[in-house]
Amino acid sequence: MYPEYMMKSIEMVEKTRPQRLELAKKHGKQVFPPMNEKEREIVLNRFHPDYKKESRSEVRVGVNKGEQLTTEVADLLESYSRVDPAIFDLNKADYDTDVLVIGAGSAGMAAAITAGINGSDVLLVTKLRIGDSNSMMAQGGIQAADQKDDSPVLHYLDVMGGGHFDNKPDLAKALVNDGPVAIKWLEELGVMFDKNQDGSMMVKPGGGTCRSRMHSTRDYTGAGICRVLRDEVYNMPDKIKYLEFTSIIELILDDKGQAVGVIAYHLETRQYSIIKARSIIIATGGFGRLHIRGFETTNHYGATADGLVIAYRAGANLMFMDSVQYHPTGAVYPEQILGFLCTEKIRTMGAQPVNIDGDLFVYPLEPRDVEASAFIRECTERKKGIKTPTGKVGIWLDSPLVDQINGEGAIQKYLPAMLRQFKRFDIDIVKYPMLVFPTLHYQNGGIEIDEKGESGIPGLYVAGEAAGGIHGRNRLMGNSQLDLIVFGKRSGYWASERAKIGVKVGKPTMKHVYDYEKEVSALDIPRKKIAPIILPDYIPDHVKVKQKTTEYFGTLI
Amino acid sequence: MSEKQKMVKVFIMGEAYDVPEGSTIVMAMEYAGYQLKRGVGCREGFCGACATVYREKGDYKLQGGLACQTVVTDGMTLAQIPFVPAEKPIYDIKNLKPDIDTIKALFPTVFRCVACNTCTKACPQEIQVMDYVQALKRGDIARAANLSFDCIRCGLCALRCPSEIVQYNAATLAQRLYGRYLAKKSPELADRIVEIEEGKYDKELEELEKMPREELSKKYYAREIKLK
Repeated sequence: MYPEYMMKSIEMVEKTRPQRLELAKKHGKQVFPPMNEKEREIVLNRFHPDYKKESRSEVRVGVNKGEQLTTEVADLLESYSRVDPAIFDLNKADYDTDVLVIGAGSAGMAAAITAGINGSDVLLVTKLRIGDSNSMMAQGGIQAADQKDDSPVLHYLDVMGGGHFDNKPDLAKALVNDGPVAIKWLEELGVMFDKNQDGSMMVKPGGGTCRSRMHSTRDYTGAGICRVLRDEVYNMPDKIKYLEFTSIIELILDDKGQAVGVIAYHLETRQYSIIKARSIIIATGGFGRLHIRGFETTNHYGATADGLVIAYRAGANLMFMDSVQYHPTGAVYPEQILGFLCTEKIRTMGAQPVNIDGDLFVYPLEPRDVEASAFIRECTERKKGIKTPTGKVGIWLDSPLVDQINGEGAIQKYLPAMLRQFKRFDIDIVKYPMLVFPTLHYQNGGIEIDEKGESGIPGLYVAGEAAGGIHGRNRLMGNSQLDLIVFGKRSGYWASERAKIGVKVGKPTMKHVYDYEKEVSALDIPRKKIAPIILPDYIPDHVKVKQKTTEYFGTLI
Repeated sequence: MSEKQKMVKVFIMGEAYDVPEGSTIVMAMEYAGYQLKRGVGCREGFCGACATVYREKGDYKLQGGLACQTVVTDGMTLAQIPFVPAEKPIYDIKNLKPDIDTIKALFPTVFRCVACNTCTKACPQEIQVMDYVQALKRGDIARAANLSFDCIRCGLCALRCPSEIVQYNAATLAQRLYGRYLAKKSPELADRIVEIEEGKYDKELEELEKMPREELSKKYYAREIKLK
């Protein structure tokens, strides 16, 4: 339950609620005027964490050398390989496959299934378990323009506007045009979308959408999709083999610069192995566990940008790695769920963000970067946030409105994960608002791809959060779940086709790693700074002192 | 969590550690010095990787929960479950019927249910597990799919079941059968796919694709917002 002093602010929220409910009944979602271009620009420039000077640093090595990247990303890239690649015999493969998929979230599994159906032998490798990913944790929904009043054209406008028009247009086009087919593909696999009595999709709006096109499976949308894909992977043992607790620590190129294999490392048996592949798909997800700018994160334990590191070392170009998505509504109270995702669906179902006085201060469905910046402004410049007992600050997300607008039981029925999450810590979100503040959520950029999902390195494909270009510098709600499927399927298909054609493979080499490490050592970076880091390290300092590991940047698994 | 915080004593696999009060089991293990690989996942209660068994001080009961969602108490003894060995039948979802015969063929153990309700008591998601198993026994796929929907496959039900049923895998089958066969199809979706395949939007999309930024921006801010 909330402490007494916070209950005082909640009383203010309860006082203004009837008027705000009237507003919602009268104006629908438009309870507050949306910002225009100029207003968006001002709030972003002044309050979005990306726009602070120290948030970006010049990367001094590799393809993007000289560019300003997110500081923690630049820092991660200026690192050495986990092992000296010279100790491996690259000609001796422990595994040989048509298509190697790295990462087993929804993008990786969609790719594996597609490549398998297309006739390729697939090896799916993940550093945790099959399905362990950010995909599994997504709550709110998946966009697709399948409603009568909607079209892929309107969806395209939303994608580009949300991304500040920086997106690669061909990728945005592929995303929206493949949307409805992706939904059908998922439904035929057995995903249980929320529907109306007549079978039509129950759709909601999302931040920055001009139509309601958010499809959902309660507030377990990511899980509703990801677990079906996982079951399908298990059902294809003849086509898809898999390795769990296996991290890929380096790519192998041939002397023509094609991706031809990887070095793998088993986290439990600590054995290294060489995997040879005709095509390789990186679907390793994002970077939330780097805790950029010290933010708490909604991300999975494994979100450490491993694929980004190995692809960059091999010469892949990065796009928009200067931008970070902070989800507006991360939990601030209670302490145990700090940074946890409070799905945008709560706002799409009518919950309003209000300040300490119970006043609504922003249109609830701005694009995420704008909404998050407005929350930060309210808590900092305007000093209208609510402090927790441990000194964190947040604003109220007035969840009781959801039942008042949609009818009693709506939260129970459509937001069961949220209800359960807070109930575990004695807060009933049907009766009381949730305290929220922006939380590190998504890697907007990534490895540059084309429409086929192929990177600049022949034979190397990228899908899902690890890919860059689709969303520009800001992704909208529900477009990530869609891109996992669209580009998972595209990369899976084209990787499989490439394997079928049979490309001539040259001599395998690790020259790219040696060259890269030369650049790193020229900067006097200590040899103990290694990446990929594989997992974050939450062991406290006083224990690390005894473990003799304080000087390492990554984990030593 | 600040160092000055009140501490509680927990027994991780029998060994005593002092950890900050209010820690979840995952946080407590990390505080003790464990670099977790198994028994940890999304850390938000969505992935089912961190099934845990524990006893509270002075209590004879063995309890189950998610390590990322369970707060430690003073005197608690706990252990992570790294993996659940469970049978998972292989099937082709395209060639199944959503009826009781499919359940009989793929999950015969379901019919061994003795209705003891141990599964329901073990579920950290508070799902009515036994009720959905009973629904499966009757061939009521829709009810089983809906009751089991919030399952995150942590495996605690199957580990406690005296009849050796793997409830969560049966639940996955029920959900997939429902999604593919029993849910009414959306006519709008089918219509839109035909339109896209016929290239209805190609020209307009190509125009937008080539449109200069300023023009596109104008079009974006001028678009009508119509939300249901």
